[in-house]
Parts: sequence; C-alpha cells; structure tokens
Amino acid sequence: MVLVAEPKQVVAPGEVLAEGDHLLGDNAYRIGTKIFSACVGILEVDGNRVFVVPLKGGYFPRVGDLVAGRIVDIGLSGWLVDIRAPYEAMLPASETPGPRGPRRRDLSTSYEVGDMVLAEVLAFDRTRDPLLTVKGPGLGKVASGRVVEISAAKIPRLIGRKGSMISMLKKETDCQITVGQNGVVMVWGKSPESERVAVEAIYMVEREAHTRGLTDRIREMISRSRVVEQVAGTQTA
Amino acid sequence: MPEPKQPEKLIDDKGLRIDGRRLDELRPIKLEVGLLDKADGSAYIEQGKNKILVAVYGPREAHPKHIAMPERAVIRCRYHMAPFSVDERKNPAPSRREMELSKVIRESLEPVVLTDLYPRTTIDLFIEVLQSDGGSRCAGITAASLALADAGIPMKEMVAACAVGKIEGKLALDLSDAEDKYGEADIPVALVPNAGLVTLLQMDGHLTLSEFEQGFTMALEACKTLHAMQREVLKKKYATMKEAAEEREEAEVVA
Amino acid sequence: MSATPQLPPVAKLEQKTVVDLVSKGKRIDERGPESYRPIQIQVGLIEKANGSAQVHLGKSKVLAGIKVQTGTPFPDTPDERVLTVNAELVPLASPSFEAGPPSEAAIEISRVVDRGIRESKAIDMKSLVLQKGKTVQVVYVDIYVLDHDGNLIDAASMAALAALVNSKVAKMEVKGDEVINKGGHHQLPLNNYPVAVTFAKVDRTIIVDPSLEEEQVMNARLTVTIDKNGDICAMQKGGLYGFTPDEVRKAVHMAVGKAAENRARIMAAAKG
Repeated sequence: MVLVAEPKQVVAPGEVLAEGDHLLGDNAYRIGTKIFSACVGILEVDGNRVFVVPLKGGYFPRVGDLVAGRIVDIGLSGWLVDIRAPYEAMLPASETPGPRGPRRRDLSTSYEVGDMVLAEVLAFDRTRDPLLTVKGPGLGKVASGRVVEISAAKIPRLIGRKGSMISMLKKETDCQITVGQNGVVMVWGKSPESERVAVEAIYMVEREAHTRGLTDRIREMISRSRVVEQVAGTQTA
Repeated sequence: MPEPKQPEKLIDDKGLRIDGRRLDELRPIKLEVGLLDKADGSAYIEQGKNKILVAVYGPREAHPKHIAMPERAVIRCRYHMAPFSVDERKNPAPSRREMELSKVIRESLEPVVLTDLYPRTTIDLFIEVLQSDGGSRCAGITAASLALADAGIPMKEMVAACAVGKIEGKLALDLSDAEDKYGEADIPVALVPNAGLVTLLQMDGHLTLSEFEQGFTMALEACKTLHAMQREVLKKKYATMKEAAEEREEAEVVA
Repeated sequence: MSATPQLPPVAKLEQKTVVDLVSKGKRIDERGPESYRPIQIQVGLIEKANGSAQVHLGKSKVLAGIKVQTGTPFPDTPDERVLTVNAELVPLASPSFEAGPPSEAAIEISRVVDRGIRESKAIDMKSLVLQKGKTVQVVYVDIYVLDHDGNLIDAASMAALAALVNSKVAKMEVKGDEVINKGGHHQLPLNNYPVAVTFAKVDRTIIVDPSLEEEQVMNARLTVTIDKNGDICAMQKGGLYGFTPDEVRKAVHMAVGKAAENRARIMAAAKG
C-alpha cells in the first residue's frame, strides 16, 4: 500500500493517489491496483481510507441536512423551495406546524414566494426531489437578517473542527449565525454594522478556506473592523 | 483585415511551416481556468490563433423535464462560432457543421463524467469559439475538460485532444486553418489517457493505412502532452490561491 | 445543442442477451463478427432523377437519388462543380424519427457520406464547368432513409455510390454567352468509388455492420471510408464511449477488405 500523491495537496481528476488495497472514500475510484482522484480537491488520508475533499462543487442534498432555502412557488399542498441544489425541494403543508384540514388558511398566509425558510431535509433519493420539513426547533420562516450564499464545499471549513470556526465568528461579531449545509448562511446582528462584519468574515472563509492561520486572520480582521466602528462612532457622537 | 491568399508553400526549404513551426510542433498554448463569475465552471484556451471560451452550468435541474434521464445526468453541449471568428463573417445561426461538432464533442466527454451521481439533471457545456484557426474542436475539448473539473463535477479524468494532418505529403501536428484548407488530410483525436480510450476520432482527406498509423500515433502522443498541461493548470490555480493567502499571512506577521 | 440521447426502449434482459452472444463470437442473427447482413442493391428506380439506387442492408432500407442541375459556383471555387449531400431520416422509417429540421444523426450521416465522396475526389469537380465563375453543374445527392434497422451510414454510403454510378448527365454546351442542352446524355464521370465500413464495439468485441439491436447496446462505433486504392478518405467515431488505439488499428485494417467486397457488389448492381 503506497501513497503516490501527497496528503493535504491539491490533486486533479485522473491523478494517481495511491496503489494498493486502501479503502475508497469520497471522490476516489480504482482501476486495477491504482486509486485515482475523481475531482479537483485536497487529498486526505484517514487510516486506510483515501478520499478527496472537493475544492468546488454545488450542494448535493442529504437526509438530515439543515438547509436555508427560498420559496419559489406555492402549490396545492405545499411550497417549492430553491435550496441551491440540482433539484428543487418540496415543503409539504403537512410538514409545517399548524392546524390541519379545511380549517387551515390559504397556504400563502404561511409562506410567500421570496421568503427564506430554515428547513431539514426529510427525504431524498435517486427517484425523487428532496422533501423538506420545518417541524423542529429553530426551523421555519426567517423574518429578518442577512442571507449569505457561499460554495457548499466550504461549509465544513466555515463550521470548523468541532464547530471552532463558527463559534469564534459568533462570539467575535456578536451575531447569531445559522449555517445551512447547502451553502446558505443566515446572519442576525444587533446592528447592520456588526452584520456586515460577519458577512465579510464568511466570504473571507470561502475565499481562503484551505490556507493556514485562517482563524487568527479572521479574528484580527473582525477586531480591526470593530476599532474602525468605534472610532467612527466616537467621531459622530 | 485583407482576405488571405493561398500560401505558395506550406513547408519551406528548411522544413519549417508558414508559422515557423517544425512538423512535430504544437502551436503555443495558453490555458486558463475559472475566469467567468456566473458559470459553475469555466476555462479559456488559446492555441495558435484559436481563442475559445468554455462555460459549464450544472448539474442543474433539467428544463424541460422530459429530457431528463432517470438514472443519470444528461450532458448537453453547444459548439458555436462567433460571427467574427473567421475570415468571412459567419452567420450566427447554427450551421450543420456546428451541429455535428456539438455532437462529436459531447461524445468525446461523455465517457469521463460520472453522470450516475446526478440522475434527472443536466450538465450544460457551452463552447464559444471567439476566433478560429483550425483545430478548434480539439482545443474546445481540451478546454471543456478543464471547465468541467473547475465546476467540481466528478470525472474520472480529463480528456485532451489534438489533430494531426498531412501537408505537402508530410505528416504535421496541430494544423492551422490554412494548412487544413490547402493540405491533404486532417485527423482530430481525443484521448482519455489513464483508461487508454480514444473518444473522438475523425478523418477527412487522403491517407494510406501507413500514413494514418503514423499520424494517429503522433496525435496520441500530443494528447498526452496536452493532458499534462491541463493537470498543471488546474493544480496551479488552486495552489496559487493557497500561496497568495500564505504570502499575506507572512506580510502581516512581519508588519 | 447536442444532448445525451434517451435510452432505447429495450428491456435490459434483451440487451444482456445481445451482449452475451457477441462476447461469445455469435450475434443475435447468427452472423460472425466480421460479416455484413445480406445486401441487395437496385438502381435506376426513379426515372426523374439523374441516377438512383436503393439498398437493403439486412432490414435497413435506404434510397438515394441524384439530381444534376446547372447552378452558380461557390465564390471561392469558381471553376468547380458543387456537391451537396443531404440525408433525411424520414418519420416513416422508424418510431423514433420525427418530422422537422434534420436531427444531429441525419446531419452526421450527410456529412460522413459527403466526406467520403468529396475527399476521395469521386466526382471530377473540374470537369464540365460550363462558364467559369458563372455556371457549373451542381450535383445533389439526396439520401432518404426508409427503414431503420441499424448501420444507416453504410447503407447510405452504398446507396449514394450506386446512385452516382447509375447517373446520366445531360450533354451541355456553351454557345457564346449561353449554356444550352445539346441533347443526349453521358454517364456522370467518376474517378473514385468510396465505401464506408462501420464497426461497433459491444463490450470488448468489435463487430462489423451493427444491426439496430446491436447499436442499442454498443459502447461506441467507428466508420472508416475506404477508396478504390485501399486508402482512407474519411473516418468518424460515434457513441458514448471509446476505442483503444489497438481497436482502432484493427478496425482500419479490416475495413479495407470489407470495403472492397461491398464495392464489387455496388459495381455489379449498378452496371448490370
């Protein structure tokens, strides 16, 4: 069992990663004894398992994912939701809290086209489009805040190991941040200014996801912005 | 621009071609990746005077729904030449040639894209030839592979393509437009190197079996060279992102 | 825009049968891998055309008609005839053909057959140019697919060639500034006789002349057009997968003999 490419380095599709009986993880495939990469990404090795973390790519839904989506259409029994995936998602009325049956008011009084919702992927397989639910704590219509769309491939970095990056961001910016697995992030701050800093920090993570020392650089950027804010504040005061 | 005339000779006494190349030389190539903002993936190639831009959108929902396939993504490909891309203005409406090339280019890339992962979607490839000077379908395929990789679409490997032709009785690599027009044969080839599969192969002109054999082998070797260039461009693009951030980090630490 | 074609309406069981048979060297119609289906060629059926031919290749049926008319030359080749090849997959030929502008499949057949004729210089393009830059003879090769049971390229190529061999052209004369019909006819002068040979790769076996069922399970196809001297004048790979370089070489070599066999059939039918 031999590693041919270097772990933590960028690999291209068709590049030889290893030779031998390694286990195949995401984006790695085998021809004979050789293992190849199936995308542009970073080679990771976890024990005997070889996989590639893609540097680019859209969101592919998985059951259980928390997603932030935009209502695009109202149907007879539910809503169609754009979750930035290759498949349009469906939120059935039966998966929303509230009265059932004929006493239920017209669907458009719950959610309108253009509304943002936080939802969970209830079902999804090869034969049908994703089914969403908003029954659950913290789910439902998003009434305020900023909507930030980044590459879904960068979400793991935004969350960080054991949530370290996202916890730091929330603390330093003093904002509430909900990260959708589909690359859509909701941000609520006490002021438009703090929201702006949080949004800037999120884009920075997206741009520099695979670099060292990112956490420190972001923390620094945030504190510099706060200084500017304070200075501006005192000047106008 | 004056109308070009038929060149007197395609190969001079020193064995050099009109643009100064040897018979086995590729034209200068420039490859760029990820240059468009809205497309999911994009690439740009200059090969000699060819200037070709490729964009990829997808996998995305199939519109209209009836073109979708239940078990895999549909690949759609459009090869199109800009009206100002050639000597005599080309009518923007799709020509029969463009339809044929759209088909053979799509078929050259189908084998590598892992379409099973995205049932009921489409992966759309748009190849725009901004300036054409012979061998545009091959250059288009080389760039299209990069655009697909840039879009993060899982693929077994990239496809590289190159043509070999015959001019004044001699086999020559990577014909320019004048050489194709006044030459005796042209063989465009696309190769998937790891799998060892030829996914584009066309020929027009006149070749003996032995000339074909020689030319074919020459084209396959050139494809391997192009393939290495593709890989380098992709890795460099993402490594540069890393390096730029690291440079900034060092600058900050010093300051 | 070219799109991945929909899957053929065939049960997986049937597909498996075809593939299994081919891998054992047999085919569903009991041919060997290197055999063509029975070929029948008839010429001269359409009197109003300058030449015509109908080819039955197994159950595939293709009719080609040639019209030769006077017309204007292309500006960049003022002293050459004009050749136009057009193939139509008319709806009556198959449940999968629709009325409308030519599909990419029809265009591909047209262009591959055209390349064979043009690149082999089958028709002497410079002869019978009536008034240089002004009036030339235009040769229209129109190919009508009547029944689709696979390998339309070879059937079309054979029909086009047989029709050309069968063609008679009016004797024209230039008197002063005018072009007039002298009366009488002569055979369309031909210098070469290109024949297309198509191979299909089913799993890992190369077979010649795929039937429709075989096309529905094939990996990829390769057409090699050979001229009267055994040289190559056109090639076209099609299908969703590919060939190894050795498979290509093997097919090219096999094509020479097959083309010669079919050429002999065409000449016998067209002259007889």
